[in-house]
Amino acid sequence: MITGFIVLLVCQIIGDFAVRALDVPVPGPVVGMVMLFVVLQLRRPGRDSGVVRAADGLLRHLQLLFIPAGVGIIQYLPVLAGAWLPVAAGLVISWFAVLVVTAGAGVGTLQLERRFKRGDHAKGTP
Amino acid sequence: MNLQFAQAWTALLESPLFGITLTLIAYQAARTIWKRTRGHSLANPVLVAIILVAATLLIFQIPYDDYLVGAQYIGFLLGPATVALALPLYRQAANIRRAAWVVIACLVTGSVTAVIVAITVTKLLGGSDQLALSLAPKSTTTPVALALSESVGGIASLTAAFTIFTGILGAVAAPRQLTLLRVFDQRVRGLAIGMSSHGIGTSRALQDDPVAGAFSGLAMALNALVTAVVLPLLLATMPWMLTIQT
Repeated sequence: MITGFIVLLVCQIIGDFAVRALDVPVPGPVVGMVMLFVVLQLRRPGRDSGVVRAADGLLRHLQLLFIPAGVGIIQYLPVLAGAWLPVAAGLVISWFAVLVVTAGAGVGTLQLERRFKRGDHAKGTP
Repeated sequence: MNLQFAQAWTALLESPLFGITLTLIAYQAARTIWKRTRGHSLANPVLVAIILVAATLLIFQIPYDDYLVGAQYIGFLLGPATVALALPLYRQAANIRRAAWVVIACLVTGSVTAVIVAITVTKLLGGSDQLALSLAPKSTTTPVALALSESVGGIASLTAAFTIFTGILGAVAAPRQLTLLRVFDQRVRGLAIGMSSHGIGTSRALQDDPVAGAFSGLAMALNALVTAVVLPLLLATMPWMLTIQT
């Protein structure tokens, strides 16, 4: 379990260091996540390995970890109240647009793939 | 006696104990409410816990910075937890490889839509350039949103608030909207949630379904990388977005 936490932290440290050193606008933890994914692919740890237990433990309570930042909204309530219409509409409409467009693109691609496969299959059969 | 009490109270508020305990109590209470309502979307634990903590701070007039003395340690764990999202990805690796084209299609369309719609709608409704630019990166994970907002001329702290609002919106409403849209494929549901509502949406997706959770985490991570390229690119190629007058 401790080893698992060390692995997670080391991935984050390397990620943080890399983005600072290269000055790219990507968060260190996201780079750390890509690194851990590569490590997992190479090492193929078992169910009860430290990394798996540490990661599962953190993810089980992922929602808890967003609370401190979320409470920070109270600092901006006066600013938000001043321009609530463009803010609320811009936020909700663009959020919904992304949801619909992404889902549409995903479902559309799946259907295209299915049609392609059926096409290949039809060609293959005499 | 009274003075001593006041001093003890101040000392308590300034110690990390306060923020950590308050956050854990609010989270546990929110989880209980969530279970009691049999997982009702509006009883989303993140949303309820934030309201409980915020209400406590406002009622007792406790500054957010005092709360953060302890709460920052909980927030700190978000870093290693983001790294840990590699685990569901690893478990779904074969599934993800098979869906590569779907992932790419969702990434490209979703990231472009987020920027264009956020900026044009905000401008059309009379918002300032700064407001529009602060809203543009709000579908990406919080640290990326902050960095991008600053680099294109938005206000980072406002973007933080918008990003978290967006995530909560996704955690509360996205699964239901997708069902209403008749999107039942768990991979596509996960991608749509991760693209629109980053980590907070992902925490809800993980709760609902392991496949949706993994794809949501994947979309969140890739969207961070893609939006970092797409946002400055769109601003350079479509400068008319910011000249919209009402």
